[in-house]
Amino acid sequence: MNRHQSDERVLPSTVTWSCPTPLVNSDRVLIGHGGGGKLTADLISRIFLPHFKNAHLDRLCDAATVAAGSAQVALATDAFVVRPLFFPGGNIGDLAVNGTVNDLAMSGAVPRYLTASFVLEEGLLLSELEAIVGSMGRAAKRAGVEIVAGDTKVVERGRGDGCYISTAGVGAFAPGIDLDPRHAQPGDVVLLSGTIGEHGMAIMSVREGLEFESPIVSDSAPLNGLAQTILRACPDTRVLRDPTRGGVATALIEIAQAAGVGIQLEETAVPVQPPVAAACELLGIDPLYVANEGKLLAIVPPDDADAVLAAMRQHEYGREAVVVGAVVGRSELESSVALTMRTSLGARRVISMPIGEQLPRIC
Amino acid sequence: MKYLHEFRNSRQAQALVQSIHRVTTRPWTMMEVCGGQTHSIIRNGIDQLLPDNLELVHGPGCPVCVTPVKVIDRAIAIAAQPEVMFCSFGDMLRVPGTTGDLLQARAAGADVRIVYSPLDAVTLAKKHPDRQVVFLAIGFETTAPANAMAVKLARQLGLTNFSLLVSHVRVPPALRALMTAPDHRVQGFLAAGHVCTVMGWQEYLPIVAQYEVPIVVTGFEPLDVLEGIRRLVTLLESGQSCVENAYDRAVVDQGNKLAQATIREVFQTTDCEWRGLGVIPQSGWCLADAYADFDADKRFDVSEVQSEESTICRSGEVLCGLIKPYECAAFGHQCTPETPLGATMVSSEGACAAYYLYGRHEKPRGSIV
Repeated sequence: MNRHQSDERVLPSTVTWSCPTPLVNSDRVLIGHGGGGKLTADLISRIFLPHFKNAHLDRLCDAATVAAGSAQVALATDAFVVRPLFFPGGNIGDLAVNGTVNDLAMSGAVPRYLTASFVLEEGLLLSELEAIVGSMGRAAKRAGVEIVAGDTKVVERGRGDGCYISTAGVGAFAPGIDLDPRHAQPGDVVLLSGTIGEHGMAIMSVREGLEFESPIVSDSAPLNGLAQTILRACPDTRVLRDPTRGGVATALIEIAQAAGVGIQLEETAVPVQPPVAAACELLGIDPLYVANEGKLLAIVPPDDADAVLAAMRQHEYGREAVVVGAVVGRSELESSVALTMRTSLGARRVISMPIGEQLPRIC
Repeated sequence: MKYLHEFRNSRQAQALVQSIHRVTTRPWTMMEVCGGQTHSIIRNGIDQLLPDNLELVHGPGCPVCVTPVKVIDRAIAIAAQPEVMFCSFGDMLRVPGTTGDLLQARAAGADVRIVYSPLDAVTLAKKHPDRQVVFLAIGFETTAPANAMAVKLARQLGLTNFSLLVSHVRVPPALRALMTAPDHRVQGFLAAGHVCTVMGWQEYLPIVAQYEVPIVVTGFEPLDVLEGIRRLVTLLESGQSCVENAYDRAVVDQGNKLAQATIREVFQTTDCEWRGLGVIPQSGWCLADAYADFDADKRFDVSEVQSEESTICRSGEVLCGLIKPYECAAFGHQCTPETPLGATMVSSEGACAAYYLYGRHEKPRGSIV
């Protein structure tokens, strides 16, 4: 892939090319503020960052790296509000464990301990709660973490969707690991651990009653094992990222913006299961923007790409890993562009950050 | 799903592109009528593969884009009534009215729901007899049959709490309006395949005869669009004005007669305002007298709603193919998908949104491949 980019010029990393996006003309929280796209970024930069400002938070990673005595630990938290609570491939419980495990794992840490808080709605069946908690226990065991503290609150009927869960976690670092989106460099290779869009489309299909010959199953999975496999194969790995809300497109744009580089994707290389592709077509949604809960993107130096790919394919959650693109320098011609994709027809298009929620199209 | 990969084959696409280059000897300007085609063209980069002297202009066939601002304002006003459960297709929720959109109305407390079919709205009405369920019935001939079905079903079920806020538009009067505009540049049309699935293509024959403009019924996948372009260029180069059907796997000559009969039973033609284009005679459908009791406009009094269009937005000229999105001074500055001034920036099918999302912020510098 690198031969295409040899003539591109690298601009100084101080140049910033993302203007602050204007706040949508609203004095209230919109559903799009939770979509993981521009509106979410806007909420963070306008409302949260000014009040919480510190060096750890400024990195805007899913997990913070902080000192605990002489050791460095990773710290992450995540809230889960999925509806329906049970969906093909999982439920809110294993999602809540895997989500925080993955946030920690993408920082390069080995997840160790989790906490869990529950906001339960009056009237939730205890059998459902037990099914959720049971799958949390199994997910924790699978990921090699322990849930060591928790809290429970109950709200009146009608004031919640049955069950909300928030988890937080800590992880420990092996020596020498330093992952940071700012480390992505022109020439690096972008790897993807498997097919995209399953989680988001599984949820949407259940919500909207769409049925396919083979049901779409969420990919919810713990990625700490795969992350450690990658780091063993390539300790120089630049970035790991799990493309959850906002999908692969948003994750790559955020990385490109943080590093001051561009990323080029190959449309034909991005794997999408046929039922997911079909559901996306029906609803007019681009799979690049759809949430994943068991996939990761790895950006690695070009010389290590083959070894990392081979190692990923040996792992349970990386069997379908592929090279999907490359990091390029920012050329002057494309000074405002973070992510482009060569289409299957050989043309090229720019991939933008989504605004808010993906809205199904009329026809 | 079948019909995805078969019609995205890059080798066949390259062959069609070469064929288009071979047959094109002079500059031509053609309009793809449907927003879905615009989306496919931009998403796949089809325009980048065409000869430089072949210009595609993006037509008014995006229902979200042409729905007038006063309909959006009335929708918001109706949705704000406490007894109303307001149902709409997803992308209508972000279309800006005079002061806001339906998503903001929802954040402020209105019960606004996304449905995938008007029949879902009927189901909601049956389930919630204490609520007034209103469906925003917009779109071209493509969505009209299902909307008509919803009304018929509601009557069959004896529902008195279901109504439609109707803003339906028809393609042929819009094509006539475009051809009679004094400064129009369009020399041929790629007609909207899915509209023709319902209506057939024979209603285009008088347009072809009167304005001597060739029309090719065209689908939406990359190979469909390229084939439509190839056939339209061939007609233009040979000076033929006729209708050709390049989407015959979905479109038959007479269209879907059952669907047409359902439309005729429930709707009647009316003069209609198109956002950005103004009023076009007989270009819309409203509920027929026999179904007037399902008309949300009559059921809810929102006559005091005042509507106002942006004065700097040039979406009307974009819809007519007179300018490209990047030629509007507001494009990418005051007007972005986050803060759309005109509906062509709102819908993912709108020409401005397609140009913005896929990075066409300025005039292309020529072919990339």
